[in-house]
Amino acid sequence: MRSIRVAAIGAVTLSLALAVSACGGGSSTAGGGGSNDSPKTLTYWASNQGASIAVDKKVLKPELDKFEKQTGIRVKLEVIPWSELLNRILTATTSGQGPDVLNIGNTWSASLQASGALLPWDDKNFGGIGGKDRFVDSALGSTGVKGEDPAAVPLYSMAYALYYNKKMFADAGISKPPATWDDVVADGKKLSKDGKWGLGAEGANLSENIHQVFVFAKQHGADFFTADGKPDFTSDGAVSAIKQYVDLMAKDKIIAPGNAEYAQNQSLSDFAKGKTAMVLWQTASATFASLGMKDDEWGVAPAPVRSGTPGTGTAVNSMVAGINLAVFKNTDNHDGALKFVKFMTSDAEQKILNKAYGSIPPVKSAQSDPAFNTQATAALRDTLAKSAEALPQVADESQFETSVGTAVKELFADAAGGRPVTTASVKAKLEKAQQQMPAK
Amino acid sequence: MTTTTTTAEAERRTVSGSTPGAARGPRRPGRIRRIGLPYLLLLPALVLELLVHLVPMVMGILMSFKALTRFSIRDWSAAPWSGFDNYKISVDINAPAGEALLHSFWVTCGFTVLSVGLCWLLGTATAIFLQDTFRGRGVLRTLFLVPYALPVYTAVITWAFMFQHDNGLVNHVLHDQLGLTDKPSFWLIGDNSFIALLTVSVWKGWPFAFLVIMAGLQNIPKELYEAAALDGAGMWQQIRRITLPSLRPVNQVLVLVLFLWTFNDFNTPYVLFGKAAPEAADLISIHVYQTTFATWNFGTGSAMSVLLLLFLLVVTGLYLLLTSRRRKTADV
Repeated sequence: MRSIRVAAIGAVTLSLALAVSACGGGSSTAGGGGSNDSPKTLTYWASNQGASIAVDKKVLKPELDKFEKQTGIRVKLEVIPWSELLNRILTATTSGQGPDVLNIGNTWSASLQASGALLPWDDKNFGGIGGKDRFVDSALGSTGVKGEDPAAVPLYSMAYALYYNKKMFADAGISKPPATWDDVVADGKKLSKDGKWGLGAEGANLSENIHQVFVFAKQHGADFFTADGKPDFTSDGAVSAIKQYVDLMAKDKIIAPGNAEYAQNQSLSDFAKGKTAMVLWQTASATFASLGMKDDEWGVAPAPVRSGTPGTGTAVNSMVAGINLAVFKNTDNHDGALKFVKFMTSDAEQKILNKAYGSIPPVKSAQSDPAFNTQATAALRDTLAKSAEALPQVADESQFETSVGTAVKELFADAAGGRPVTTASVKAKLEKAQQQMPAK
Repeated sequence: MTTTTTTAEAERRTVSGSTPGAARGPRRPGRIRRIGLPYLLLLPALVLELLVHLVPMVMGILMSFKALTRFSIRDWSAAPWSGFDNYKISVDINAPAGEALLHSFWVTCGFTVLSVGLCWLLGTATAIFLQDTFRGRGVLRTLFLVPYALPVYTAVITWAFMFQHDNGLVNHVLHDQLGLTDKPSFWLIGDNSFIALLTVSVWKGWPFAFLVIMAGLQNIPKELYEAAALDGAGMWQQIRRITLPSLRPVNQVLVLVLFLWTFNDFNTPYVLFGKAAPEAADLISIHVYQTTFATWNFGTGSAMSVLLLLFLLVVTGLYLLLTSRRRKTADV
């Protein structure tokens, strides 16, 4: 009997304890805002920049140790794959339980800014890390809605460039990399034979599709959003831009149909294996090396334009790609988080990290390092400085990536399956995509 | 069964009734303890159940009545109430969101019927064939259970590799070796994706049917078959007249569980196709996920989930009502 009573008391206590702790769980964070409750530790969510998560840990660990030595703050690192990062941030935003500092894709800046989850970078905060002027303008253009305090600080900058296989070009008798899309198609046709193909694409990767069609649209003088932030997917320019991209597979037949289902960077391994001769990518050099391709086997040229040379307006040939560093508003180590951002954007760290990842420092004074003037990085730096434009900085950006990215994926599926891709079919898909956007 | 318990209870009642007063006083706390103890012991489980299942469910239902978008997720309790707006958007089949949801619903229905049917058929057939003892039966039984034992992600990723257009095993066999198709087919995009999804789902689901039915078969007395054989019943007749009717209670649960799992399956399409499933394989769970996470529209996503929950509740309720009524009539 006695043991039963003990069991009963135990059961009641346990359930009460569970109930109480469950109620307590969320309340502490409901108020929002940062604090300095735990000044000795920081949690840092890094995005996957290297060839693998293990590579990232190897790159970041020594730097975090350095930071701990300088400040006495221990940084708990978690490297999060791209496929999960946005969901993790959303979950953290909802629950208030998140990291202190985190990497975000710079195209998400405006969407995350709208959620209010990130610490706004006003003049005071920027002052603490040396001022806004330290950063390149194009990188700052991708940190949030214009006219509002940025949601994040640029960390790594990247741009698209055309990578080509030198030997395949020589074998096909092509002496220099193509500069315009007409050249790409002409060269691509020479290269696409015997099971080999001219150009690679990631047809089922929604973000990749968006990055490409954004540039095509710019070159056709079109924007996917109106000046006041309303979706405008079905303009003639946008339709012909997307058709031109998909036609590289459907009509010009320089992209292998199999690329329509690529979403895990298979196009890069095809390129490294010599199955495709060209690929449009951002900072691919480190990936090529990890896939066993030597640096002298590939060349890099500015991404193509419709005519003339890359520049502004319709001569844009890349998005401003990159990673921003943000502070979570609910951080319990506000001062430590700002110190960490200062550390990561310091000249010394910018040089070390961007070298390791093959990206370009968004910090002007770090760009002078000779490492950012090699064949691989010079083209990217040039593009960023002269002919790259930021993706629309609107709160609906992430929905746009999903809806239009899916439309392009479906159009590639049509092209691969031999179904016709016409102006009408492109327009229909884009109309559907626009209808999926939230009503204002 | 029911008659015996009721008579026993009646007897007990008369026994206690025949000694009124005497033991009533001191017995009460004992009885309370007897009655209360099971509930007390169940309490932790109940509280956990409330926390893990019911609280999120109630929150989900609350969310479905709110205009919960990226602007309000940080403090979702402050999101404005929107009444039935989210439901209106979900069921308005003339607008794009409702139309897409309806399409996804039909795809899911077709997929579920086919998948559950095939799983059940394969499982039953195999279980019956493996009923007779023969050499290697144990090995086969183990082998058939492998898909069920594998982690879903690993298994489905392997399938995704096999379904690849350029280097996939499926195209290699169908096209390169057997020459059944004119050119390599796409399995992960376009209309074929439905077949790919169904294949993986059946491959993954049938071992469970096999396992459950195999267990059910052990309970059928051998004498029934012997008697039937003496009366001249063939194998087909034995299956129809003895095996299937005896398996009815097992099947009732099995089909329900398979239905719920398949209808709600998220892992298979997500791992196979990623965030944006092809239209032909746009299962409802993926669809709701995309509405919620990819477009950050949590209110509408919740409303769609609630509709899904209601639908499954109605189907399950009707199913249980119909099958148990039929069983009752069969029992009488």
